[in-house]
Amino acid sequence: MIELKDITKVYSLGAFGKRKLTAVDNVSFSIGEGKIISLIGESGSGKTTIGKMMLKLIPITKGQILFQGKDLSLFKGEKLKEYYRYVQGVFQDPFSSFNPIFKADRIFELVKSEFFPELTGREWQIHVLDALESVGLNPKTVLNKFPHQLSGGQLQRMLIARALLLDTKFLVADEIISMLDASTRIDVLNILAELKKGGLSILFITHDLSLGYYISDESIILYRGSVMEAGKTEKVFSTPLHPYTRMLLDAVPRIDRKWTTFEIPERKAVGSDTIGMCKYYDRCPLATKECEAQGLIKVEEDHHVACWRWNDV
Amino acid sequence: MALKIKDLRIYYQTLRGDVKAVDGISFQVKDGEIMGLAGESGCGKSTLSNALILLKPPMKYISGEVFLNDKKLPIDNYEAMRANRFRGVSIIPQYAMNALNPIRKLKQIISDLLEHHGESFVKMRDMIEERLKLVELDEKVLDLYPIELSGGMNQRMVMVISTLLNPSLLLADEITSALDVSSQKAVSKMIVEFRDRKIVRSVIFVTHDISILYQVADSIMIMYTGKQVERAPTETIVKNPLHPYTKLLISSLPEVGIKYSQAPLKGIPGRPPELLNPPEGCRFKDRCPVASEKCDEEPPLVEIEPGHQVACWKVGAIDD
Amino acid sequence: MKFRKSEILFFALRNTKLRIGVFIVALFAFLAIFGPYFAKYEPQDFAGPGYNPPSGEYWLGTTTFGRDVFSQFVYGLRSTFLVGFVGGSIATFIGLFVGFLSGYKGGLADELLMMFTNIVLVIPTMALLIILAAYLKYRGVFLESVFIGFTAWPWTARAVRSQTLSLKTREFVNLARITGMKPLKIIVVEILPNMLSYVFMVFILQFGGAILTAATLDFIGLGPTQGISLGLMMQQAVLWNAIQLGMWWWAVPPGIAITAIVGAMYFMNTGLDEVFNPKLREM
Repeated sequence: MIELKDITKVYSLGAFGKRKLTAVDNVSFSIGEGKIISLIGESGSGKTTIGKMMLKLIPITKGQILFQGKDLSLFKGEKLKEYYRYVQGVFQDPFSSFNPIFKADRIFELVKSEFFPELTGREWQIHVLDALESVGLNPKTVLNKFPHQLSGGQLQRMLIARALLLDTKFLVADEIISMLDASTRIDVLNILAELKKGGLSILFITHDLSLGYYISDESIILYRGSVMEAGKTEKVFSTPLHPYTRMLLDAVPRIDRKWTTFEIPERKAVGSDTIGMCKYYDRCPLATKECEAQGLIKVEEDHHVACWRWNDV
Repeated sequence: MALKIKDLRIYYQTLRGDVKAVDGISFQVKDGEIMGLAGESGCGKSTLSNALILLKPPMKYISGEVFLNDKKLPIDNYEAMRANRFRGVSIIPQYAMNALNPIRKLKQIISDLLEHHGESFVKMRDMIEERLKLVELDEKVLDLYPIELSGGMNQRMVMVISTLLNPSLLLADEITSALDVSSQKAVSKMIVEFRDRKIVRSVIFVTHDISILYQVADSIMIMYTGKQVERAPTETIVKNPLHPYTKLLISSLPEVGIKYSQAPLKGIPGRPPELLNPPEGCRFKDRCPVASEKCDEEPPLVEIEPGHQVACWKVGAIDD
Repeated sequence: MKFRKSEILFFALRNTKLRIGVFIVALFAFLAIFGPYFAKYEPQDFAGPGYNPPSGEYWLGTTTFGRDVFSQFVYGLRSTFLVGFVGGSIATFIGLFVGFLSGYKGGLADELLMMFTNIVLVIPTMALLIILAAYLKYRGVFLESVFIGFTAWPWTARAVRSQTLSLKTREFVNLARITGMKPLKIIVVEILPNMLSYVFMVFILQFGGAILTAATLDFIGLGPTQGISLGLMMQQAVLWNAIQLGMWWWAVPPGIAITAIVGAMYFMNTGLDEVFNPKLREM
């Protein structure tokens, strides 16, 4: 349905854009119909940048994004608007997603005035009630309220409902539950899983491995803009092949297992020349001089890793 | 007993009335104990920890007593608390990475602070360097400005600064929330290290993340809408919780190994009541699956077994 | 929102600085509007003998040439408010327009607009005016206001730009974009409403600033050639040695009025700042 081909994003910083920062480095993956893909990475991994590029909120430096076979860079004006009919996003901060001085249900009004101006108020109301029902919200408790009168969970669900008002086929969900309380976050996750059954494809961006495991079919582990490991979620989590994935899985706090040690397996000495080397070279406890940057190696069906020593360790 | 709190009430003044953010909390923290303080946003955990060091408007002291090492802590007296800050109670604030003046050398920041408390930077220099080593910072950072350090380094710097005078009680307010998985672990390690080396006598580790507490805390107190609902040793809270809220909260936590397609988890329906006019009785009753008429009366905090207190009329009523 | 609005009103009504500021400005505005109806003479009429101190006949005395100072004062107040309103409005409007466009569009548009803004910022207003005065023999108060408006906007543009830059990063702007809304619409329906309080404060500052600039220009003789203003009154008073001759009634009132109005404007501004920004409230 949607495919990324060698996507690169370089930010220019400093005076005259002299300093270059590669936020996303040659990332390729594709998402099929009715699939949830987790894009897992720590801060600075480029995961949000990828989501924003897929929503065409920021330009791509190099590479191509194809939606149903068509190049995204060709979508402009009315065509771009058509794209948003099928591709939608929900962002991390529910409170910042709503204009604080207007009522929260204004987000539905805006969708109507942009995409369905021909519908009458009554017809639209029916759509809105349907959408609210499918995200498990009681219209009475959320309509006609200001954002600060609603909880983060309610707001995020309203934003998902908003996406459902369109013919959304692909949803970018960028850390959408990281700011929610534990007791409500699982409900929002469950809604995504339910929507997937109806054929919706989702890019689930998260820093939380357990959330990625809970919901997704496939997982992509991202580090400093490059994919370290990718494949079927169960395979990546049960037999992690990249030292970075293993470090993450070891460090993630769990309530069924205590950390055996407080040490983080990290190399202290920093390599003098890391250009052209593996992105994880600095921190990898197993790094050798031969650890050059490299693409993904197919280890088995649905399991790829960007480490040439995956078999040694 | 390092810390003893009796029936503490801290309200927030707003135009619409008082928000009962901390409403009758009593607990104790032992010497050498790391107590986790967990709960969802708005449960009063941050208010409680902030009130112990810097109680200022719109926070309002209503009642209750706090004893630190058996001496009364004058938390309601801003001036009198001055002598206790840093030495008696210290805090690592939530946004520690932004807590330091970015354009003042760290050396100067530290020496100002020490002088303010009647100590001298020069005399303490060796100790400071030793502490820096503990948090894996080079002594050279003393000659740098906070703006030159990364967020993580600044946070570690704040950890060193706030523990310089070996406070009896260290409050850590959501210090892991904004961090990556690997940094979370590193910071947790430092807190445990501070305790093990007796740099601090006891710690209150405030977070919404129970899985972090499971790694570092000796005991956990769960708060809900300004009240404590359960307090027990860490293993007990996580493995054998008794309060319905704790049970639901723990069982709603996703972790690696649980998948929606195999075993979907459930959240807790509803949302917490407003604290302007909280309902009579148990504050969880509207969301509680086992609530009954009895719950219109406020449940007392009862000690079920040594070190395990629960505030619920129906303790043990839901079976797993 | 109902709650927030009433909250703002509540703090606005109990803010002393704001109350004092509004009171002073309202007092002078009242004089400017209704004063001329009580004035017995036209401001440039020769009303009677010169050098007259305030009396029942001439409320604020007369000038060296026998013009009625009270008439000049109230008509002058009128033009002062006109300058403030017209000049302030123009400067605020241009500043908002350039600031929004620059901040929202970013990239090349931003750089060009900011370059232009900086150029206007460094052009000496006085030099421009001297040139202008050389070409235009007859200049009215209105023309002066327009001129002030067209030169005073740069700092507003820069401030609005930085505010827009920060609002632009809020997710609701991204949400509007993936709703397919056009940039101009996003600025008007999403960003502007969030800055209304700020726009209001900018307008007050520009209002006061325009009055002050006009007074300065008038005083050094670059003001209107027709009509009267407080600045012109001061210029003439100084020109004809009013102070040395002990004619305080001629020199002092316009000075006091300008100082009071501009001061009150800044007072209002700080007061409003406290009202809109909860962190500054004294509670």
